[in-house]
Amino acid sequence: MEPYVRHTSIAALLNRSNVDTDQIIPKQFLKKVERTGFGIHLFHDWRYLPDGSPNPDFELNKAAFQGARILVTGENFGCGSSREHAPWAIADYGFNTIISTSYADIFFNNCFKNGILPIVVNRSELDTLMGEIIANEGARFTVDLEEQIVQTEGGSLLRFAIDDFRKKNLLKGLDEIGLTLEFDKRIGAFEARQKAQLPWLWN
Amino acid sequence: MMMKKTMYEKIWDSHLVHDEPGQAPVLYIDRHLLHEVTSPQAFEALRTAGRKIRRPAANLATLDHCVPTRERDIPIRDPIARKQVAVMIENCRDNGLRLYDMQSEDNGIIHIVVPEHGFVHPGMTVVCGDSHTATHGAFAALAFGIGTSEVEHVLATQTLRQKQSRTMQVRITGRLSPWCTAKDIALAIIGRIGTAGGTGYVIEYAGDVVSALSMEGRMTLCNLAIESGARAGLVAPDEKTIAYLGNKEFAPKGQDWEAAVAYWKSIGTDPGAKFDKVVEIDAATIAPQVTWGTSPEQVTGVDGCVPAPGDFDDKVKQQACAGALAYMGLESGTRITDIPIDFVFLGSCTNGRIEDFRAAAAMVKGTKVSDRVTALAVPGSYHVKRQAEAEGLDRIFIEAGWEWREPGCSMCLAMNGDELRAGQRCASTSNRNFEGRQGKGGRTHLVSPAMAAAAAAAGRFVDIRNLRDSKETL
Repeated sequence: MEPYVRHTSIAALLNRSNVDTDQIIPKQFLKKVERTGFGIHLFHDWRYLPDGSPNPDFELNKAAFQGARILVTGENFGCGSSREHAPWAIADYGFNTIISTSYADIFFNNCFKNGILPIVVNRSELDTLMGEIIANEGARFTVDLEEQIVQTEGGSLLRFAIDDFRKKNLLKGLDEIGLTLEFDKRIGAFEARQKAQLPWLWN
Repeated sequence: MMMKKTMYEKIWDSHLVHDEPGQAPVLYIDRHLLHEVTSPQAFEALRTAGRKIRRPAANLATLDHCVPTRERDIPIRDPIARKQVAVMIENCRDNGLRLYDMQSEDNGIIHIVVPEHGFVHPGMTVVCGDSHTATHGAFAALAFGIGTSEVEHVLATQTLRQKQSRTMQVRITGRLSPWCTAKDIALAIIGRIGTAGGTGYVIEYAGDVVSALSMEGRMTLCNLAIESGARAGLVAPDEKTIAYLGNKEFAPKGQDWEAAVAYWKSIGTDPGAKFDKVVEIDAATIAPQVTWGTSPEQVTGVDGCVPAPGDFDDKVKQQACAGALAYMGLESGTRITDIPIDFVFLGSCTNGRIEDFRAAAAMVKGTKVSDRVTALAVPGSYHVKRQAEAEGLDRIFIEAGWEWREPGCSMCLAMNGDELRAGQRCASTSNRNFEGRQGKGGRTHLVSPAMAAAAAAAGRFVDIRNLRDSKETL
């Protein structure tokens, strides 16, 4: 995984709540056995007209949002299915940061495995950020994970919280499985203990 | 004195492999379930990294999401689905994992076949790359959905990096209408707390009404825990749990059985243990539920009307209501029973069990599917299908004009070719009414099996409480 580095980028606005994973990546694209190539299908049913051309009414199709790496969106983003195809599509499209008031649990976890930073802000902070984008489409935000801050061209500066373990993994682009395998002996000891105490789990 | 613990805390504590500051706790996983859609990338990554599967016997796999529900004897027509199935068969064979493939008499939807074989027991940790893994909480197992990277992590390490959840108890007491089911209870809960109401929590469902539910009903209830945003749902083990597991293939045998039962009886929430949040629901207030929008929380009783954005205080909910009405093609103030339907889907991991088919068949018996409706009955597994056929339920559906199909996820997520056309409106026993979920432009209303069956005959929603002569209770 690529390390997450401080960056300044266009922040795109998708002002909708409860955006579900069926919207992020509709099921007809889940049959692939690879992890790559989902970006062109991101938000497919909203993004394209029936003839396959871009829907000019869809927010992310605005010229000002092209090249955005930051997605600012409404509450409970990523609800629904556990499909990791959703963060794969988001990352493949080019986003590495999402800003919202809340995320669905499984989606939130999936983001960190794919180098995506899901930032949680409060409702008034989100209103401020959305207001800045509406007033100035194409506005750039700077995200500094090390310092845990988002700074905007409009002059806003806000701090966000993040779990230390996840922060470290994102910053270093670490492989979580490799880290867990360092506990291999402890896992083996746990298994031996469980086998003795609850043998039916092993028979 | 020992600290009083909730069931969730007991299961969590008994599976902690390692916990230290600055690390995410390492949680041991007892059972891992797989299907063809969310696992191929995990196997591929393991191969690339040269990593082995730590405990093959802890895994059980099936093919369910993209399998056709007819013409099962010929190769899958969709070449991409065909490849996905072939890759799954290869991955399971290469790694020595148990797979119920399309030809197996045990095939079906993962969350239906796992309980049928007794593969999950109380007190276990269970994961699957599928959000409806919460189903297995009905057996007092901590069961939750994970992403594909986590599937890979479990295959390689038999553990997951997890954060402990907060605890919520949802107590359902009082007298439930005999015309209401676990599905109605679950939708009413989501309507009350919202699709994000459970985010960060594991919910324990309790109260007389939950104890009175069958194991099938408890599975439906826990299955929908994820639709309230919760990590998992749980129901305490009792005599019904023990009786259900008694004769199953993977249940403990011989002297293990006695020890296991004693252990299961010890894992329930201690009297007096504190939950972070408690929600009380009076079952008497629950009518048969029908969703009207594009989120499971957009739900009302069948005796209700389609709301207006102005009925909501919150501006986000107002906006969501307006968007949903536009997508669903509904006018505010329309009575639910005046909404015409084109399609009925009976099945899914939410309502694809034998009890669901019995309840629907009781309603279908002696009726005909409305001229305007296509009705699809898709058993959750071959076991369910055979049982239903042994009871003659298939004849009841077929004689009424329903299609009787082979098992699979089918139109719950419409990956396998069973899908709505744009604008078609479906009464569905599945779990999600998201935009496009059952086909691009399709409109989904979530209901119980009996409500779906009654709607098939009437061509619109029916308050089944008014059909008193058709059946005593569900």
